[in-house]
Amino acid sequence: MAVEDLAACLTRRKFLRIIGASSIGAAFLSVEEAAHAAEGSGYGTLIDISRCIGCRGCEAACKSARNFPPGESADLGPTAWTYVRVQRLPKPVPHSSMGDGMAAQRTIKVQCMHCLAPACASACPVGALHQTPEGPVVYDEWRCLGCRYCQIACPFQIPRYEWAERLPAVTKCSFCAERLAQGEGPACVAACPVEALKFGRRSDLLAEASRRIAEAPDRYVPAIYGRDEVGGTSMLYVSDVPFQDLGFPTVVRESLPAFTWRALGKIPGLIVGLGATLTALEVVIRKRNERMEHPGGGSA
Amino acid sequence: MNRLRHLSAGQMTLWLLAVGGFAVAVARFAFGLGAVTNLSDRFPWGLWIAFDVLCGVALAAGGFTMAAAVHVFHLKRYEPLLRPAVLTGFLGYVLVVVGLLVDLGRPYRIWHALIMWNPRSVMFEVAWCVMLYTLVLGLEFGQVVLERLKRTSLLRMTRLALPPLVIVGVILSTMHQSSLGSLFLIVPGKLHPLWYTPLLPWLFFLSAVAVGMAMVVVEAFLSARAFGRTLELPLLEDLGRATFVVLALYLSLKTADLAMRGALAMAFLPTLEGTLFSIEMGLGVILPLGMLATPAIRQSAGGLAGASSLVVLGVVLNRLNVAITGMLAGSGARYVPSWMEVLITLGIVAAGVLAYRLIAEHLPVFPPEETHLLSATKIAASESMVYGSPARLP
Repeated sequence: MAVEDLAACLTRRKFLRIIGASSIGAAFLSVEEAAHAAEGSGYGTLIDISRCIGCRGCEAACKSARNFPPGESADLGPTAWTYVRVQRLPKPVPHSSMGDGMAAQRTIKVQCMHCLAPACASACPVGALHQTPEGPVVYDEWRCLGCRYCQIACPFQIPRYEWAERLPAVTKCSFCAERLAQGEGPACVAACPVEALKFGRRSDLLAEASRRIAEAPDRYVPAIYGRDEVGGTSMLYVSDVPFQDLGFPTVVRESLPAFTWRALGKIPGLIVGLGATLTALEVVIRKRNERMEHPGGGSA
Repeated sequence: MNRLRHLSAGQMTLWLLAVGGFAVAVARFAFGLGAVTNLSDRFPWGLWIAFDVLCGVALAAGGFTMAAAVHVFHLKRYEPLLRPAVLTGFLGYVLVVVGLLVDLGRPYRIWHALIMWNPRSVMFEVAWCVMLYTLVLGLEFGQVVLERLKRTSLLRMTRLALPPLVIVGVILSTMHQSSLGSLFLIVPGKLHPLWYTPLLPWLFFLSAVAVGMAMVVVEAFLSARAFGRTLELPLLEDLGRATFVVLALYLSLKTADLAMRGALAMAFLPTLEGTLFSIEMGLGVILPLGMLATPAIRQSAGGLAGASSLVVLGVVLNRLNVAITGMLAGSGARYVPSWMEVLITLGIVAAGVLAYRLIAEHLPVFPPEETHLLSATKIAASESMVYGSPARLP
């Protein structure tokens, strides 16, 4: 496990090196800092699907903390930053505490994954999405243009748009950033009656997840969803059913902003190279044409 | 007389579309995007981004290719084609901005990109390119306005600034055309492998250069019809040759990329993606390549116009496929544009055509009168005298 954590860490370093090597300004330094925060001391939540009984207490606590209208939601939305998705299983697996009563399905808490290298934040042209030092990826409504590139970029299809509003905003889970800044955990975790949710330092949660899997290898599938996905996420899942049977998307292991950076990093070179080449060509061709029009002209 | 009545019927349709589009745009701002579009959280970009923005920018590429030919490479014989191309580019970009303002949730904040920087965002690059290159095209076209206003001294002064301005324009265009491809680099899990490739920026740029020249040819034919002008056929045939070279490069790069990523076989599967990809490549790339390679077709007015139109169709299909077809399965969503989305898009196109007509009628967009007096044969002959190129008579 430690070796694989090191590997994940190395790919992030590599990404930082790419950014560092081609940084054009101070703007990039803040990225490096944020990524450092997420890597070293960021918070996360461990979600244990095998423990979840689908009581939707987390969803109710979120809505109450945000002053959203109460009730159960069938999808994420502007007033449903988290909800509990019911997933039918291809073949029944008895539930650890509910037994055969929940063998045909699992209930899965869904919310923003708070990626360590968030694609949405890198996509936003005006920096309306950014990562706080504690790890949450948060949204500043007053900056947003409404281009919805964050929705395109998100590999987990989390951000929701206020389509019905005249002046719409993007909405998503904030990982209770304001509570985290005061040293408290998120509202949803405190509401879970069966400890299916555990809040803590991401590194501690990874160790905890590995411990649970190692102690009950018959119960858990040997995978932690979010450890390596898109370079790692603050939200981590362990499960007693394979993740592909639970409708979790298969995503790349690399951080998504790195895909963009490979092209964007070439721009300063492109501007200089193309500018110099075209200027040189323009001058050379103009001089040649002048010579051809005035052979033996005195000015040259 | 008959011809005039036909034209006014066409113009009537254009006006109806423009007014209809404007009415829907008002409804969009009054009732929100949800009431007018079929967009959703799983499919947040639709026809407006795919056509109005992606195709709009690509089809405006004639402005920078012609400007580079005339002012950087000093290929003076292309001068008659420059102004119509710059005008198309300028109008194209203005219309892209209009389309963008309709699509943005908070269009009045568009200036935020000027002061709230995020240089890691492709959309940030796109925003700056749109703003700066629209300005450059405006300045380039400003020459025509100055000429009309008979500001000769100002015209002479600004002419000196043209080569550097054009070079800036070429750099901005290169960045902008390629960055529209780079927009999709961040969705490796969503965009279908027939279109997702790290080469997206290169492919977008190459296809834009090809379609820029093809658009100049198509436009020359359309305005020859509309304004009763003679065609500079040998010049257009040269453009057809250049289009062939760039398009051939595009096809080789695209094929090699598909083969190396092991995605080539997907093109022949009877899926939605495979079918639309085959139409895009077959009708929009391979068929026009074959036509342009055949001298008899390339040298005939109809053949050249047909091949160029297919290139335009191919690039339009490509942009629609990248932004819509290729994103459907990966997003797990359904999307067909609503009639209101379609009407706004048609309205924007119609407004563009009307504006082009109006400007072409009142400003010296086309070369001076003498061209009218000469017959096509005389032009070809006089050109061969000046430039020493063999006259290719129709």
